[in-house]
Amino acid sequence: MKKRHIRKLLFHVIIILCGLLMLYPLLWMLSSSFKEDVEIFQGVSFIPKKFTINNYIYGWKGVSGVSFGKFFLNSLFIASVSIIANIISCSMAAYAFAKLDFKFKNLFFSIMMITLMLPFHVRLIPQYIVFNKIGWVNTYLPLTVPKFFAVEGFFIFMLVQFMRTISNELLEAPRIDGCGTFGIYINFIMPLSMPALVTVAIFTFIWTWNDFFSQMIYISDPKKFTVSLALRMFVDATGTSSWGALFAMSCLSLLPLLVIFIFFQRYLIEGITTGSIKG
Amino acid sequence: MKGYKFNRPWEGYVFLAPWITGFLCFTVIPMILSLYFSFTYYDIMTPPKWIGIKNYVDIFHDPRFYKSLRVTVTYVVLGVPFQLTFALILAVILKKDIPGVRIYRAIYYLPSLFGGSVAVAILWRQLFNKEGAVNKILALLGIEGMNWIATPSTALYTLILLSIWQFGSPMVIFLGGLKQISQDYYEAAEIDGCGKIRTFFYITLPLLTPMVFFNIVMTIINAFQAFTPSYIISGGTGAPVDSTLFYTLYLYIKGFRHFSMGYASALAWVLLVIIATITAIMFLIGKYWVYYDE
Repeated sequence: MKKRHIRKLLFHVIIILCGLLMLYPLLWMLSSSFKEDVEIFQGVSFIPKKFTINNYIYGWKGVSGVSFGKFFLNSLFIASVSIIANIISCSMAAYAFAKLDFKFKNLFFSIMMITLMLPFHVRLIPQYIVFNKIGWVNTYLPLTVPKFFAVEGFFIFMLVQFMRTISNELLEAPRIDGCGTFGIYINFIMPLSMPALVTVAIFTFIWTWNDFFSQMIYISDPKKFTVSLALRMFVDATGTSSWGALFAMSCLSLLPLLVIFIFFQRYLIEGITTGSIKG
Repeated sequence: MKGYKFNRPWEGYVFLAPWITGFLCFTVIPMILSLYFSFTYYDIMTPPKWIGIKNYVDIFHDPRFYKSLRVTVTYVVLGVPFQLTFALILAVILKKDIPGVRIYRAIYYLPSLFGGSVAVAILWRQLFNKEGAVNKILALLGIEGMNWIATPSTALYTLILLSIWQFGSPMVIFLGGLKQISQDYYEAAEIDGCGKIRTFFYITLPLLTPMVFFNIVMTIINAFQAFTPSYIISGGTGAPVDSTLFYTLYLYIKGFRHFSMGYASALAWVLLVIIATITAIMFLIGKYWVYYDE
């Protein structure tokens, strides 16, 4: 009995130690953000010799006269529009694939699955050229408008998987009562798919928040910069002179992700699971 | 895939209309255009000029193309197996309902949540700097460190480490797969006196092969398209001496710095062919080892 206890304890100790090792880089950045610049690269200690929030104050002032608050609002704006767009467009497509009957449905579905695996670089250059021609470059339109057209196949796939588990008998009753295809979508499919829709929203947020490539290509005006772009500009502008402020803003930039993770952990972890059933 | 057969035939297309429009406007037409551009000389300023297969010929004589391919393949070949092995091991360990398991899962998933961000790329750049935390720890052990990021022979390995660090998302997919394995199998194995390791290799692993397959395919496809870390760590150049020149970074440099849109399009199509070939091979081999329990 005693031996089992020791083994159990040892198991937890190892798991926690490895976990701390995993988190070490993040904790190091967090503690560095409260240190003075000279101290950051001096020791390995987590506890700042002189605790300071100056890094946050200095960093928040931002770059090129634009405050970090503005960058956060910009990122939040793009993320919010993307969430709404993805939820509407992907749920419509998923409803058609999962619950409606029409010609070529399976063909369309196969095509959708193939697009999941296409590297987006084969679309990137023509998209950029066209957006450039119609004057969309340096606006948020290229980053948001396509999402109203269900371009994120992964979410469609995930929602299809989820909607298939909604029983058809459940939908037959309102159908007999005269509820139309659209009515069933609004009144039954959407509410019943809520957990999967929350997952779509969370992943859209994370991906938009972390996105760098498309934001960099399309946005060049510092006033329109997102958090990702601002951080990159911060590195270029300050060089190695103010790591503390850079770390402070990096930590802040991860905060929204952490908050979402803490509140929606269940959706995040279970969401991926439902999405990949019989992948 | 049966619908409930009450809808009028056209209603399906109404709901699929946004997707069909998006598929045409943002996939089909751009792909046709990019295929066309790949046979032209195109600098955006002047109209594309047809040059036949010259871009493709040039690519196959371009040392930086080979360099970027080698860097990317190294990244995939060294990163993906470790990432998935760690993911699988941790998923098996954290499958059981032991106290604190949710927190443990969260801790191991956290790097994946943050991993793709610019912030973490910046952090990585500092961690492996000459004065970075890694060298500080090595110094405690009496080892003299170096500037891992600025040394051509080690820079890529810091990026590989960054990708392995993010084993949380495949781990979560494995966890989902493990939950679906019926408990009956394990009970039967226990009655037959099957040990833990044997149970893993004879029950868990075969039943998990669909997930393993899914993870391998998706992780490889994603790894081939990695961009942010190499851009941030090398300052957008692939430095030092192209040792972190990822394929997508090279494509970006060609297209958006040199404005060789035709050449960049050709690079994109070569990438597509590479990814398609690898995926096809994996599906072919998959037939022999992926086990579908139905």
